[in-house]
Amino acid sequence: MSAVHDRRQETFENNDQRPLGHGRMLRKEDPRFIRGKGCYVDDVQLPGMLHLAILRAPVAHARILSIDTMAAEAQPKVKAVITGAMLAERGLAWMPTLSNDVQAVLATDKVRFQGQEVACVVAEDRYAARDALELIDVEYDILQPVIDVRTALDPNAPVIRDDLEGKANNHVFDWQTGDATATDAVFAAADVVVTQDIVYPRVHPAPLETCGAVADYDPIDGKLRMWSTTQAPHAHRTLLAMVAGLPEHKIQVISPDIGGGFGNKVPIYPGYVCAVAASILTGKPVKWMEDRSENLLSTGFARDYIMRGEIAATRDGRILAIRTNVLADHGAFNGTAAPVQYPAGFFGVFTGSYDLQAAYCKMTAVYTNKAPGGVAYACSFRITEAVYLVERMVDCLAYTLKMDPVELRLKNLLAPDQFPYTTKTGWVYDSGNYEPTLRKAMALAGYEELRREQAEKRARGELMGIGVAFFTEAVGAGPRKHMDILGLGMADGCELRVHPTGKAVVRLSVQTQGQGHETTFAQIVAEEIGIPPADIEVVHGDTDQTPFGLGTYGSRSIPVSGGAAALVARKVRDKARLIASGMLEVAPADLEWQKGAFHVAGDPTKTVTIQEIAFRAYGAGDLPEGVEGGLEAQIVYNPPNLTYPHGAYICVVDIDPGTAKVKVRRFVAVDDCGTRINPMIIEGQVHRGLTDGVGMALMEILEFDQDGNCLAGSLMDYLIPTALEVPDWETGFTVTPSPHHPIGAKGVGESATVGSPPAIVNAVVDALKPFGVIHADMPLTPSRVWDAMRGNPQPPI
Amino acid sequence: MQVTMTVNGEEVTREIEGRLLLVHFLRDHLGLTGTHWGCDTSNCGTCVVWLDREPVKSCTVLAAMAGGHEVRTVEDLEQDGELDPVQRGFMECHGLQCGFCTPGMMMTARALLDRDPDPSEATIREAISGQICRCTGYATIVRSIRWAAVHEKDLAS
Repeated sequence: MSAVHDRRQETFENNDQRPLGHGRMLRKEDPRFIRGKGCYVDDVQLPGMLHLAILRAPVAHARILSIDTMAAEAQPKVKAVITGAMLAERGLAWMPTLSNDVQAVLATDKVRFQGQEVACVVAEDRYAARDALELIDVEYDILQPVIDVRTALDPNAPVIRDDLEGKANNHVFDWQTGDATATDAVFAAADVVVTQDIVYPRVHPAPLETCGAVADYDPIDGKLRMWSTTQAPHAHRTLLAMVAGLPEHKIQVISPDIGGGFGNKVPIYPGYVCAVAASILTGKPVKWMEDRSENLLSTGFARDYIMRGEIAATRDGRILAIRTNVLADHGAFNGTAAPVQYPAGFFGVFTGSYDLQAAYCKMTAVYTNKAPGGVAYACSFRITEAVYLVERMVDCLAYTLKMDPVELRLKNLLAPDQFPYTTKTGWVYDSGNYEPTLRKAMALAGYEELRREQAEKRARGELMGIGVAFFTEAVGAGPRKHMDILGLGMADGCELRVHPTGKAVVRLSVQTQGQGHETTFAQIVAEEIGIPPADIEVVHGDTDQTPFGLGTYGSRSIPVSGGAAALVARKVRDKARLIASGMLEVAPADLEWQKGAFHVAGDPTKTVTIQEIAFRAYGAGDLPEGVEGGLEAQIVYNPPNLTYPHGAYICVVDIDPGTAKVKVRRFVAVDDCGTRINPMIIEGQVHRGLTDGVGMALMEILEFDQDGNCLAGSLMDYLIPTALEVPDWETGFTVTPSPHHPIGAKGVGESATVGSPPAIVNAVVDALKPFGVIHADMPLTPSRVWDAMRGNPQPPI
Repeated sequence: MQVTMTVNGEEVTREIEGRLLLVHFLRDHLGLTGTHWGCDTSNCGTCVVWLDREPVKSCTVLAAMAGGHEVRTVEDLEQDGELDPVQRGFMECHGLQCGFCTPGMMMTARALLDRDPDPSEATIREAISGQICRCTGYATIVRSIRWAAVHEKDLAS
C-alpha cells in the first residue's frame, strides 16, 4: 500500500488534470483527419491495381459438388478467378487460426457458415469483379446445420469439422479454473444461493471501416508489400510468412490509418490471403475491400456465451463464492484471438472485485455453423463476459436479499490493504482502491437523491431504474512466461532516436486505430526526456520501420508498449548523462536531471540541455571513454504482470410503460486507470466504450434463423447507437497507479465496454422490479422488455 | 456516359458507367478520398457530401444524378489556408478518434450551422442522427459543433 500511496502523493497532488507532462494536449494526428487527408487502406491506389471480390456461401452448411467459373473468366475485365482447388494446389486452401485450429481460405469440401469464402474474382475495377461473382455457378448439397449451441454436442448432431482427422463431434475444448471441491463445500454450507441463467449474445465490433488489404507482390525481388487493416502488423507479417510460405524479410505489412478496430482487425482473414495469392498470380497489385454485409457475416464476432451463474452468500450479505458453467459458441472454426494458454481468454477474472472464499468455472466450447471469432469488440479477452456475469449475479443476490446493490457491493469490495491480491482463480491484481471510486460515482450521480426520485416515480407507476456496476479488468497481455499467440511472446519493442538538433523519432510496435498513439506516446517520451511532444515524431504501422511487437488489442498499448516507451527514453537519458558528464567535466553521479537538462549537483548554473547533449553526441570532439556516438536506444519490454484498472458505473434509465422502450437518461462513469497521460484521450476512450454498452445492452445482436441465415447482415438490421440513443456522458476518475508499470499507467481502452453493459441491464432490471423481474437478457429491445414486464423474459438464443 | 458537375468549385467532366455511385466517382475517379464508404444501406453516413448545399449520402446518389449540380466535399472546408470553425471545433473538443466518420460529420455540421447558427444540443444530435461514429460516443462531436457555433458568433461580432 505504501509504495502505491507514495507515488500517488508524489505525482498527483493538486494536479490531477495535468497528471503527466503535457496532459490534456490536443492530438497530433488530427490535422490530417479534419482535412480528409487520412490514408486508410481503401485510399491506397497503385498503378495497374486490380480489384478482388469474394463469392460467399449462401447457406450455412453444404457440401460443394462443383464450381463452374468459365462464364466469369470469359468476362473482358476479369483477370483471374480463384477457387479453393486452385489454392489447394499451392498449399494455401487452409490457414492456421490464432487458436491453433485451421480455417478454410476458400472452401474446398464444404461450406460451414453463411458468408464463408468460396471463390474470388480479380478484375480491372470493383464493379466488374462484383459482376463476375454472379456468373460463378456453385452446386451445393445442402446439409443440416448446427445452429442451436445447446444441441451441438447431441450424439446425432451433424459433424461440422469432418476436415479434422478423426473428428466425430462438435466439441472444441473443455476448460476449467478455480477449485471445484472447495467451491462446492462453500455453496453447501451457505445461507443463501442464487442461480441465474445468463446469455451474452453474439455481437459484432462493426468498425466503420471494414476489413481490406492491398497486396503488391514484386516477382523480381520477391517482396510482398501488404497494406492491410490490421491492429497487429508484426504478428500479421509473421503469420503471412507461415501461411503463404514467403520469407519474412520479404514481407512488409503497412497498416496505415485504421478506421476503428475494436478487435475486429486482429485475425488474418481469408480475404487477405486471397489478395496475396491474387497478386502473386497476376503480377499486379490487388485490392480487396469487403462490404458491410461481408464484415458482419464473416469477420470476428464477439461473445456468444451461455452462462449459468451461481452465487453463495451469508444472510447478511457477505459474498462467499461464485460458480459458473459456460457453453461457448466458437462458430465453424476456432478463430479466437487470445493467448494460447487462455482458450477462454481472461474469463477467469469472473470473481470480479470481491473478496471470495472460493470460485469455480467449467466451460465447454463447441463448433456451430456460424462465423468464427469470439474475442473482439473491446472485450479485453472475454472480460466483458466475466464482468457481466459477476455484476449481474451480485444484483440478483441483492434482489434476493432485498439489499441495496451499492450497499451489497460496498460490503464486499476488496480493501486497499489486500493488494496485491491473488484471486481464487489465480490472478494477481496489482493495485486497487475500490471504495473511493464507487463513492465518487455515487456522489457524481447523486445516488441517494436518485433513489428518492425513483420511489416517488414508482408510487406514480412510472418506470425508472438505477443500475450499478463495479469492475476490475486485467489488461496488458502479457508476461511472456505466461502468454503467447502462436508461439509469439507478447512483449513489445520500442526504438528512440534523438537527432542532432534535439528532435526525436520514436518507433512503436503497436498500432493505433483511433486511440491517439501519435500524441500519447509523444507525451510519455517527452515526460521522460524533456523534449517537447511537438518535437517527437511517433512512427508506427509499418513493419519495415518499427520494432517487433504484437500490436494493439486487449488494452495492451499503454501497459506494454507504453512501458517500453518510458524505458527506452530512460535508456537514452542514461546515455545522455554520460555525454553530459564529459561536457561538464564531472562524474556522471554528480549530475542531476531536471526535465530537459542535466546540471552539476549543487551548481545549477553549470547545465546542458538534452538538445545540446544530442548535438554533442553526433558532433565533433571526444566523448567520454567507452561512449559511442549518437543518441538512440532500443528496448523490448516484457511486462512482469498485467495491469488491473477498475471503475464504478451508475446508469439511470426510464422505461415507457406503454411501449417498453428504454431511455438511458444518465450515465456516470468513474474510471481508475492508474497514471493518466492525456485525460482528454482517456475520456474519449471511455465515451466510446459506454456507447458500446448502450448498443449491446439495448440494441445489438447477431441472430440466426434455424437454417443458419444470419439475420443481422446489414446496418439496417444490426443496430448501432446513434447520437439519439446515448446521453451526454458524465465521467470522473480516481488514480491508483500500477506498482510495476514504469509510469504507473494501466490500460483503459476497453474498460467502458466491459463495465457499461451490466450497469445498463442492472438499471433496466431495477426499473422492472415492480413486475418481479430478477433478470432479462440482452439486448433489451422494446419487445424483449415488454415480454419481461409480462413475466415472460426469454433468452435471445 | 459522360457526366459534368462542379466539385469543390471546379467543373469536372468524366466518362463513367451509368451505375457508378457518387462516392466511388469522388474517391476512385477524382481521388478525393476524404469522403469514405462504410455500409451498403445508407445507415453510416461516412459518405456524406453536399449536393447543392444539402448533405446527401453519396453512396445512395448516382454520379450521373449529380450531373449539372454542385458537389462539395471535406477537402473544400479549408479555404485559403483557413480552417473552417467546424474543423477547429473537432480538434479542440476531441470530436474524432479514428477519423473515419469525421468528414461526413463535419459536412453535416457545416450545413446545420449554415441554416441554424446557434443549434441546441438536441438539434445537433438530431442533425447527426443519420450518421454513425464508433469511437467518440457522440458527446464530443456535439461539443465540437457547439464550439464552432460559439466561435463563429464571436468572429461575426
